[in-house]
Amino acid sequence: MKVLVPIKRVIDYNVKARVKADNSDVDLTNVKMAMNPFCEIAVEEAIRLKEAGTASEVIAVSIGDKACQEQLRTALALGADKAIHIETDAKLESLHVAKLLAKLVEQESPELVILGKQSIDSDNNQTGQMLAALTKRPQGTFASKVEIADGKAVVTREVDGGLQTVALNLPAVVTTDLRLNEPRYASLPNIMKAKRKPLDVIAADTLGVDLAPRVELVRVAEPAKREAGIVVESVEELVNKLKTEAKVIS
Amino acid sequence: MSVLVIAEHENGVLKPETAKVVHAASKLGAEIHVLVAGHNVGSVAEAAAQIAGVTAVKLVDDSALDHQLAESTADLVITLAQGYSHILAAASTTGKNIMPRVAALLDKSQISEIVDVVDADTFMRPIYAGNAIATVKSLEAQKVITVRASAFDAAGEQAPVAVETLTASVENTSSSFVGVEQTESERPELTAAPVVISGGRGMQNGENFSLLEGIADKLGAAIGASRAAVDAGFVPNDMQVGQTGKIVAPDLYIAVGISGAIQHLAGMKDSKVIVAINKDPEAPIFQVADYGLVADLFDVLPQLEQAL
Ligand SMILES: Cc1cc2nc3c(=O)[nH]c(=O)nc-3n(C[C@H](O)[C@H](O)[C@H](O)COP(=O)(O)OP(=O)(O)OC[C@H]3O[C@@H](n4cnc5c(N)ncnc54)[C@H](O)[C@@H]3O)c2cc1C
Ligand SMILES: Nc1ncnc2c1ncn2[C@@H]1O[C@H](COP(=O)(O)O)[C@@H](O)[C@H]1O
Repeated sequence: MKVLVPIKRVIDYNVKARVKADNSDVDLTNVKMAMNPFCEIAVEEAIRLKEAGTASEVIAVSIGDKACQEQLRTALALGADKAIHIETDAKLESLHVAKLLAKLVEQESPELVILGKQSIDSDNNQTGQMLAALTKRPQGTFASKVEIADGKAVVTREVDGGLQTVALNLPAVVTTDLRLNEPRYASLPNIMKAKRKPLDVIAADTLGVDLAPRVELVRVAEPAKREAGIVVESVEELVNKLKTEAKVIS
Repeated sequence: MSVLVIAEHENGVLKPETAKVVHAASKLGAEIHVLVAGHNVGSVAEAAAQIAGVTAVKLVDDSALDHQLAESTADLVITLAQGYSHILAAASTTGKNIMPRVAALLDKSQISEIVDVVDADTFMRPIYAGNAIATVKSLEAQKVITVRASAFDAAGEQAPVAVETLTASVENTSSSFVGVEQTESERPELTAAPVVISGGRGMQNGENFSLLEGIADKLGAAIGASRAAVDAGFVPNDMQVGQTGKIVAPDLYIAVGISGAIQHLAGMKDSKVIVAINKDPEAPIFQVADYGLVADLFDVLPQLEQAL
């Protein structure tokens, strides 16, 4: 079974994004970048499937400018067999990403595509579902457990009321939630080895996907700031303030 | 033109998110139709018909739509989509699962988790864990949108409008429902409760969450948690508040033994009043708290329960 893992280069999750002074966007100059955390979980899951003998090949793919090759090398160091960089400088919406990925799915015919559930920059939570739709595959989103057996992926999903389990006919699309696994770190020897693993580059504009924007970013602003609060000395004072000042309890 | 709102429901009950999405939809200045899709959901349609502002309810009751699996539900929605300028659903796990599939099948981009409607084409939405608010303008004639329910008040009630029953011609051959482990709780739902008290890693284990329960009982509060508390197995996943969990905006949010990572703040910083209890005076949670209590939670939680 071939597994395709789309990964995204994003702001490091420890870094607080700052808005540009002209309100045109978020300022990413000299900001630490990393693999989207949910994509790390996706890579880990694919590698575990390979270690278990279920997957035969793990292909990592990233769409973006040259810099995202850094994250592809990380995926290779973690255990992916091959990487594909779909190169473009265009600002992409999830629909564009899903359409480009659908082209790759056509070429590579993976039986399973594992994506992150959400990019921590756009907070879109769309691409996996869109890719599933475009490739006419069933989807198991927000997965906390994935089992492959008898031509099916049985996926336990984190939903608002608890956990839901669905069975998907392969080929299928899965998106990862936080509790699916705990990603490993790349070891130094594996980082060295990754430099020799194949990384193919495909120009996005050779794939025949219209990348024209459908949504315009008008303005990016700081959220409303909360007023600094006070420190209370005791439970008694706290309860008193909540009753008489904030009036949120009676 | 009219707009279509996909109703959110569970076990034959309309969920409160729907009235909030209808409120968001009412800002678009068009007729509002609600689609109730599912199995044995007649009562849901009756309830949806009474949300103020709704002009028509479309009911599609079919076993292929049971559990609102994304594959069949999205196929249904696209058969009904024509003529609607906007298709909206709550940014719940159900809406997030179905709507991007709908959008892609309609060849549309989706605008996720809007918190405000500027005009019929322009919306505001948080990005980067809520550290920035983007104003985005759709260039498409038909818009597919999910709505952050906590950002809108619920629409009121009205005398019921008619429910129109439609038949579906959808089937689902690619996925099937296996089971659900529903978290049972007598408490109000996290996203709807006026008071939320959440515990973090500082709670140390699951049993200690009982220290929050007495307080929650007295305040009619829901209980939430940080990711660290969920990952450690103290409490179930559906209690996670944050960027990638539930978004809450109660009148009062009490964070206990939670440091205040940006991902946690993203889920609760729009609460009206925030209280933080943490033994570390440097914990970032104090930067957003209206009232901070620097103390050991094991000392002060019993006192707080007493004092209420
Ligand atoms: C992709 C991604 C998504 C994430 N999504 C979320 C999310 O949705 N929600 C979320 O919450 N997190 C999320 N996180 C995790 C987040 O970054 C933090 O790791 C997490 O919020 C920390 O939880 P915590 O505050 O309970 O634990 P800690 O940061 O360990 O804080 C524990 C706090 O308890 C205090 N404490 C300890 N003992 C006591 C005591 N006896 N009395 C009083 N105080 C005490 C300590 O001083 C400390 O401040 C996400 C992370 C990533 C990478
Ligand atoms: N530019 C990209 N390149 C590769 N994968 C991506 C890209 N953008 C999004 N994805 C995948 O889609 C998931 C969800 O992203 P989103 O829909 O943007 O929240 C991510 O975790 C990735 O797995």
